[in-house]
Amino acid sequence: MSEDHSHSHPHADPAGPDEPAMLTDYQLMEGAVRELLVEKGILTHAAIREAVEAMDARTPAQGARVVARAWVDPAYKARLLENGTAACEELGISMGPTHLVVVENTPEVHNVIVCTLCSCYPRMLLGLPPDWYKSKPYRSRVVREPRAVLHEFGTEIADNVTVRVHDSTADMRYLVLPRRPAGTDVLDEAALAALITRDSLIGVALPRTP
Amino acid sequence: MRPRFAVGEAVAVRFAEPPGHIRTPFYIRGRSGVVERICGAFANPEELAYGRPGKPEEPLYRVRFELPEVWPDYDGPTRDTVDIEIYEHWLEKADTDV
Repeated sequence: MSEDHSHSHPHADPAGPDEPAMLTDYQLMEGAVRELLVEKGILTHAAIREAVEAMDARTPAQGARVVARAWVDPAYKARLLENGTAACEELGISMGPTHLVVVENTPEVHNVIVCTLCSCYPRMLLGLPPDWYKSKPYRSRVVREPRAVLHEFGTEIADNVTVRVHDSTADMRYLVLPRRPAGTDVLDEAALAALITRDSLIGVALPRTP
Repeated sequence: MRPRFAVGEAVAVRFAEPPGHIRTPFYIRGRSGVVERICGAFANPEELAYGRPGKPEEPLYRVRFELPEVWPDYDGPTRDTVDIEIYEHWLEKADTDV
């Protein structure tokens, strides 16, 4: 590849301002609707900023807390599998309109989550989805060849374990309840939560081992 | 609306190509599976997408499909599955047991 980078086509400069010509129709429409809502007094700029800030503040630590509790408290785990939304609210996590389905990994079953149609994701528990979760290769391949995709994430599932893909196409959101790693009997809930990664809650990886 | 199908019942996804906002993925149309659970009743997203109320709400199911049924050349273990949420108007009784 040439070292000379003086050709004339425009590059998106991540540090530079948005080029108006580069805005998509939807970005232009969003801006127009936002300004109209503010002008009519329905929303304020501050309220929009606060909503974005609250969204960005959610992290996978919420999901990890839920799973750690399920690992130490069998009655809580039963409630979580029965009604994920109510069990999260029980821990003070506001779920809004989200209907959460929790799917449990067992010695016989490994679960993995995708949204093939768009990028539905349990944001109340995990924050914003990673870029790969929204990518077309992940979305199209994980329902087609889940074991190959898991292999590329470094996750090998034995042939005698069923792989169960969950495609969140509609009103449910999903969280994987990973298996508690061996050798963690002495760990308390907070130490357990530190083993539970975002990717293990999506199902493309397993929790850390201590 | 009372759910037409029960948990454990074999169902088939209609094969149709209507225009508009559809939440039934193309790859599962025409395939057969088993009702895993009934999720409750929800407004029809095919109506909601166009600013209509989507009422009456209709039953939403989670249907479990075996991957070799979805992809005839699937080369993993035959028990591997995909669970998908499907609204009742996309489902019909399966011809044969799955």
